[in-house]
Amino acid sequence: MAYSNKVVDHYENPRNVGSMDKNAEDVGTGLVGAPACGDVMKLQLKISDDGIIEDAKFKTFGCGSAIASSSLVTEMVKGKTIEYAMGIENSQIAEELKLPPVKIHCSVLAEDAIKAAIADYQKKRAAKAASAAS
Amino acid sequence: MKTPIYLDNHATTRCDPRVVEAMLPYLTEVYGNAGSRNHAFGWAAQAGVEKARGQVAELIGADEKEIVFTSGATESDNLAVLGVARFYKEKGRHLITSNIEHKAVLDTCHALEKEGFEVTYLEVDKDGLLTAAQVEAAIRPDTILCSIMHANNEVGVVQPITEIGAVCRAHGVIFHTDAVQSLGRIPVDVASMNVDLLSLSAHKMYGPKGVGALYVRRGRPRIRLEPIVFGGGQERGLRSGTHAVHQIVGMGAAAELAREALTNGEVDRVRSLRDRLWTGLQANMDELYLNGSWEHRLPHNLNVSFAFCEGEAMMMAIKDLAVSSGSACTSASLEPSYVLRAMGVDVELAHTSIRFGIGRFNTEEEIDYAIRLVTEKVGWLRDMSPLYELVKEGVDLKSIQWTAH
Repeated sequence: MAYSNKVVDHYENPRNVGSMDKNAEDVGTGLVGAPACGDVMKLQLKISDDGIIEDAKFKTFGCGSAIASSSLVTEMVKGKTIEYAMGIENSQIAEELKLPPVKIHCSVLAEDAIKAAIADYQKKRAAKAASAAS
Repeated sequence: MKTPIYLDNHATTRCDPRVVEAMLPYLTEVYGNAGSRNHAFGWAAQAGVEKARGQVAELIGADEKEIVFTSGATESDNLAVLGVARFYKEKGRHLITSNIEHKAVLDTCHALEKEGFEVTYLEVDKDGLLTAAQVEAAIRPDTILCSIMHANNEVGVVQPITEIGAVCRAHGVIFHTDAVQSLGRIPVDVASMNVDLLSLSAHKMYGPKGVGALYVRRGRPRIRLEPIVFGGGQERGLRSGTHAVHQIVGMGAAAELAREALTNGEVDRVRSLRDRLWTGLQANMDELYLNGSWEHRLPHNLNVSFAFCEGEAMMMAIKDLAVSSGSACTSASLEPSYVLRAMGVDVELAHTSIRFGIGRFNTEEEIDYAIRLVTEKVGWLRDMSPLYELVKEGVDLKSIQWTAH
């Protein structure tokens, strides 16, 4: 597969690899994909009370463009609001990395990972609010 | 030591310098058409072709009259399967093959199904092996051909060809085998192996690309074929087209070296390099899965799944090594290797498979470098893998509800 320099750079020097405490209240975790399909992404976002993404970490099992896509989204969302992150579309990721057509699904997975991580965070917030109210 | 290191000798091999040396005069001085029977240029070219025919025949224990030169093993497989099916179609329209054959056989069978033939695809076991009993059970009164590869190109598993051949012979079924991967690595003898048709390729045994051959048995039983290429009637009418003299001469030289490799220590040396690689990798990491039988295996093949390291990412990480992967991401179809799937290898593990093919020109230094590089990069990829993390936390990956996409 002939990849763009950007994919190769993110693959060889992936940004923000790692894990956060998935039980922490201010951490949302998204685990998307399937081992059988050859790619699984775990994206974790640390979000402040006022909805700012303070930190992002990922771990990915997958091809070079899956790893590059997840690395890129951690950079895209860091310091941004939840609303901004929710608005990121896979086409932005694919365009930025110049993904070949057969690799577009990697960018879709990265978008799904953001949405899953934020959904997890919001679920935790809602549960906390509910327990505080009762 | 130069990088990248070539460890993909199942895909192709480097043309041996001695082969190149033999070919060169046929690109310069000896440029006649081997079919020109009435002048010296033609005679010289023909002499080159006939010498090569003898060298190829000797490699497989055949008579030189039984060798048909082709453009490569894909054409040989096509000629064998289509040629038999079309010649003997009045006798029967049933064929037997396996689900791990090369596409040159599988897709030819699919084409024949469209022409009204029936094909039984035998299923290999978890080691990639078939039995003669399976073949015997599949034989019907209308079975005309059985095509089973000698050794597989992905996992290097060697089939019990002698036994399968005996069963076919006993039932009057013509037996074809694709021996592209085994030539020059293990003995190949058409008489003792009960083979009627056998495909050969030059470039898998340190010869040039673009030339191959088909062995066609001439006596007891004599095998007849319908040609698939028509024209000038070369190769006794079985393969028309001007002889690629320099290529054929190269194939002959390569065949002679391949025969020598079995007895001059080359095969033993390659085997010990392969064993060194496997032992070295196993000593350095866990969660490695060998694909295919270890016992019934070509001496230069190693096919391993590096769990939690996707194959294409792995190949990018070890780009100093030229290898190949059964991962979907390296295939045009986006499906993982059909050979590994046929063996019942988990899709997850099929995605992480790497095939190493050691060759004549590899050195111990290169193998040691490969062990170090793979060890380092598997560690790097596993550190980045959410699956490895989950497994280390004690989570059973099968218990997770994954979202297929």
